[in-house]
Amino acid sequence: MSELFSHLKAYRKECVLGPLLKLAEAALELFVPMIVASVIDRGIGLGDRGYILRMSLVLVALGLLGLIFSVTAQYFSARAAVGFVTRLRHALYAHIQGFPYATLDRIGIPTLITRMSSDMNQVQTGLNLTLRLLLRSPFVVFGAMIMAFTIDSTAALWFVAAIPLLALVVFGVMLLTMPMYRGVQEQLDRVLGTTRENLNGVRVLRAFRKEAAEQQRFEEQNRLLTALQQRVGRVSALMNPVTYVIVNLAVVALIRTGALRVNAGLLTQGAVVALYNYMSQILVELIKLANLIINVTKSLACAKRIQSVLEIQDREQITEGLPGGDPALRVELDRVSLRYPGAAGDALESVSLRAEAGQLIGVIGGTGSGKSSLVNLIPRFYEATEGRVLVDGVDVRGMDPRVLRRKIAVVPQKATLFQGSIRENLLWGEEEASDELLTRAVQAAQAEEVVAAKGGLEGEIEQFGRNLSGGQRQRLTIARALVRQPEILILDDSSSALDFATDAALRKALGQLPQRPTIFLVSQRTTAVRGADQILVLEEGRVAGQGTHEELLESCPVYREIHQSQFRKEAAQ
Amino acid sequence: MKRTPSQKAPAGTMKRVLLALKPYRLLILCSVLCSAATVALTLYIPVLVGRAIDRILGPDAVDFRGVGTLLLEIGVLAGLTALVQWLVSVINNRVCFRVVRDIRDRAFGHLQRLPLSWLDRQSVGGLVSQIITDVDQFADGLLLGFTQLFTGLVTILGTLGFMLSIKPLIAGIVIVLTPLSFVVARFIASHTHSYFLEQSKIRGRQTAYVDELLGSQKVVKAFCREERSLADFDEINRRLEKSSLKAIFYSSLTNPCTRFVNSVVYAAVVLTGALLCVSTAGSAGAFTVGSLSALLAYANQYTKPFNEISGVVTEFQNALACAGRIFELMDQPTESPDPIKTPAGDGSPVPPSTGERPHFCHSERSEESVPFASAEGSWEKREGLATAADADCHDRSADRSRNDRIGTPAPNIRGEVCLDSVSFSYDKENPLIENLSFTARPGQRIAIVGPTGCGKTTLINLLMRFYDVDGGAIRVDGRDIREMTRSQLRAGYGMVLQETWLRSGTIRENLTLGKPDATDAQVEAACRAAHAHSFIRLLPQGYDTVIGEDGGMLSQGQKQLLCIARVMLCLPPMLILDEATSSIDTRTELKIQNAFAKMMRGRTSFIVAHRLSTIREADVILVMKEGRVIEIGNHESLLEQGGFYSKLYNSQFAL
Repeated sequence: MSELFSHLKAYRKECVLGPLLKLAEAALELFVPMIVASVIDRGIGLGDRGYILRMSLVLVALGLLGLIFSVTAQYFSARAAVGFVTRLRHALYAHIQGFPYATLDRIGIPTLITRMSSDMNQVQTGLNLTLRLLLRSPFVVFGAMIMAFTIDSTAALWFVAAIPLLALVVFGVMLLTMPMYRGVQEQLDRVLGTTRENLNGVRVLRAFRKEAAEQQRFEEQNRLLTALQQRVGRVSALMNPVTYVIVNLAVVALIRTGALRVNAGLLTQGAVVALYNYMSQILVELIKLANLIINVTKSLACAKRIQSVLEIQDREQITEGLPGGDPALRVELDRVSLRYPGAAGDALESVSLRAEAGQLIGVIGGTGSGKSSLVNLIPRFYEATEGRVLVDGVDVRGMDPRVLRRKIAVVPQKATLFQGSIRENLLWGEEEASDELLTRAVQAAQAEEVVAAKGGLEGEIEQFGRNLSGGQRQRLTIARALVRQPEILILDDSSSALDFATDAALRKALGQLPQRPTIFLVSQRTTAVRGADQILVLEEGRVAGQGTHEELLESCPVYREIHQSQFRKEAAQ
Repeated sequence: MKRTPSQKAPAGTMKRVLLALKPYRLLILCSVLCSAATVALTLYIPVLVGRAIDRILGPDAVDFRGVGTLLLEIGVLAGLTALVQWLVSVINNRVCFRVVRDIRDRAFGHLQRLPLSWLDRQSVGGLVSQIITDVDQFADGLLLGFTQLFTGLVTILGTLGFMLSIKPLIAGIVIVLTPLSFVVARFIASHTHSYFLEQSKIRGRQTAYVDELLGSQKVVKAFCREERSLADFDEINRRLEKSSLKAIFYSSLTNPCTRFVNSVVYAAVVLTGALLCVSTAGSAGAFTVGSLSALLAYANQYTKPFNEISGVVTEFQNALACAGRIFELMDQPTESPDPIKTPAGDGSPVPPSTGERPHFCHSERSEESVPFASAEGSWEKREGLATAADADCHDRSADRSRNDRIGTPAPNIRGEVCLDSVSFSYDKENPLIENLSFTARPGQRIAIVGPTGCGKTTLINLLMRFYDVDGGAIRVDGRDIREMTRSQLRAGYGMVLQETWLRSGTIRENLTLGKPDATDAQVEAACRAAHAHSFIRLLPQGYDTVIGEDGGMLSQGQKQLLCIARVMLCLPPMLILDEATSSIDTRTELKIQNAFAKMMRGRTSFIVAHRLSTIREADVILVMKEGRVIEIGNHESLLEQGGFYSKLYNSQFAL
């Protein structure tokens, strides 16, 4: 947890001053009984009306001073809590930015989202309460014990007996409930996941008329959550009653001891009253503390969940001194194998490829043959389990991934756009891009009519690009990649939603790009790759053939089969 | 929704929260009684202690027997108090979490009935934040309210009685002055409510942002946008910091301020009490020091709950702001209700009807004028949860029994689909589909082609009744689809979309989505037909491999194969295939063609595809452009026409 709380450092001043001012306020409260005593002794005793009035005003003044102290304390603690969580949110978000693809696959996005939202809120509430109240309770408890010792050290021993017992109950309940609260939070995660999933799959679910089944599914998750919440509630509700019993038994013992000592002439009746009052004060504080502890426990459970993400140190390592390759080659794959973590078999097996600058490389193969896996290796989205991937003659593991990725533009299979204007989305490719560049990219991507339909570059795109059709989204994601003017352009089956005319025009435009990037074109259609300088045919992760269209038609049965599956009937026309 | 929630939310929301509590009134009553008992006992124990101390007068003047009995009594009562206290907490927990569960269930249930036209415009993250985070915050506030409000109130009443019995004049001063703290608390609360709303809004915005950007984290990384994404996040984060600080700080003023009011009250009691002591000294009805100290003690006791209550008030404000947002969600008008009477042949249990079956003629059908779905909200209309829950039960059992029969195609649908001068647009300014008419005879294969954005996907939205037409009508077997239940209509369709969606769960669970009772053999047969069996077999746990919501390691094409197998398992009389094979390689596609052909035989099929090999087999080809059908015919006749279609077809060989 130390890493987590290191973000509190910036608020050291607030964290010290807040509780201290709270203590000062508590101390002021201790003066009140003394003033009342003097009003009784002097004011009433001597009939001094002026004194009574003055002391009453002093009471008001003390209240005012307390108000100032506590308002300042509240401000400090609110600032520290809100500021700390703001920093923590920043830190977690930044931390997630560094995760490699494999880590994102493993942890899962939805749980990261809960940690960014509801866990953070709980930590904020917990810290705020802690700063406001946590110091106060021990202060009052131990203060009362010390006061008891000044009165009678024998009777005060009951305080010494009761306080560890109380501490045991408080911390026992806390330790017992902490994992339970974590369980609640995890179940909340699942309820959240169910909701998200339902919203994302709303069309399919309604098409299958699963509304009622979905409701049932949600209710089951929700019921489980409620059960967990009630269970932990039952345990944490023990704290107040148990401490109440302990304190009252201590009172009983105290009075018994007091009775004996008064009887023996060692103590006065007034002293017994005072001792009892101090024990009562402890009780009042404990009740406050119990409410606080529940919140703190919950917050700690949430903090742990945040911490567990912060502890994941998966980063793309840069390994120095790896042997280089031929710098004349733009991309080289040297007997590369890839196995995803947890997968039963290799996604790629000993694949080799040499791509020169400006070449068009076609990658073709069946569903699940490893086409995407192959191109994902080039920007080092995933790391090869065996073999080497080299870009410009340098092993990608020896390059800063960001430097590497700036050379590359990817059009992913799933066309994802973001809320904002079309321009903002295109600028993802290159932030400094001129309007002229944007227009050219839009033209080349055959997206002019998409842009026009949305009212130009300022046209708004909704979250996930929902207000666009699949084909429109694909064209804009292609334009976004072209804005980057990359050395290497990867199109991962990214024209699947385009009609033939548009697709053909797009391929033509790609061939005429002025900067002549090396293009990796993943496709399932031989028409798309037939013009390529080199075509790689994949079959279940292995290379089934490599060469030009004509060579492959000649030599590669798999390629021939793919080609025929698309052309047999048309050719007969 | 034009109303500004900051003004209206508190009062209306409060009423609805109380309504939500109604089913638990017995438990709440129980909790109140137990709280009262706890307070009485906790006030009584000090009295016993006082009596015991009165028996410890001085050396050799201690009544040991009396003290002993009293101490025993204290011990027993303390145990009893603790027990009742625990019971109160357990009851409060139960009520609070159940109410929250009810609200979540209802909110989720409402989500299932909201029209896609509304859902499509929402951010998933925002909705999730409403159902999860807001409801959670509401729960916290509610629980706090419960645990402190009742004990507070009972304590106030108890001490009030004691004070009045000692000195009505001073009790009067206390009674008059103490509500000041309420005034202060109210003042602060009413001014901080808008801060809480703002905080809640910005928080929702942040959740939506996190949802969108983290959801596409891979794209962010691919474009090296990590820093920019972080910078934009920080911008919202900073706004949230400012707004949270305001909300938290200003609301936390309540407690110190009311405490200050209390110290003024205390000083007033000291002043008047002491003066009274001085002026009545020596007279017969003298006000004694003992009475004063007792009054002071009670004054303290009396004002303390006010502090707690006002503390609770601020927490409650936050909770209400959150509840307000949830209720706002639940106020969204639902889909127009299904017609109540189902025609013969469906036979599903019918939810109890309350009136005439609404006849949807053209002009009445707008979403705003739909019965049960006025802006007031179906929530209130249904008179609280108890009755609403009953009604829900009927609904659900009806739905479930309908669901059970998924898989057996609705026997009474032949599959004649007729679009009769249909027009539709997503927004009023941009008309999309206008005056579209055509008829698909049972068993026909209808291919829809055209450039992207020509309205193909929209047509599917209309056929499935995800959206309602603006003008004209769609008829299945001669019946307007608005006169069928959505469930009946959709049971007739099998749909495979280009955007594959799989749920987190096992492969098998995903496959049997439409037919939960399918046998393993049926599942495997469907998968073999869809050519999904071979890759499923290679997965670590075969059909029981758990995949994440985004399909995990499966490729887009594999996911599509699963979606096809999913439909092949149920085989309804009509099919909608929207680019269903776009991510599947042609070799595999060719292999599943047979299965597809078999599946489509005798079934009316709507096929959106760009692969002309798929299209040329169709009986009717609709060529669409800008929402209109510009050419219609079969492959040969269209080629002969030499129009748009032939241009499109020939472009396949362009490169």
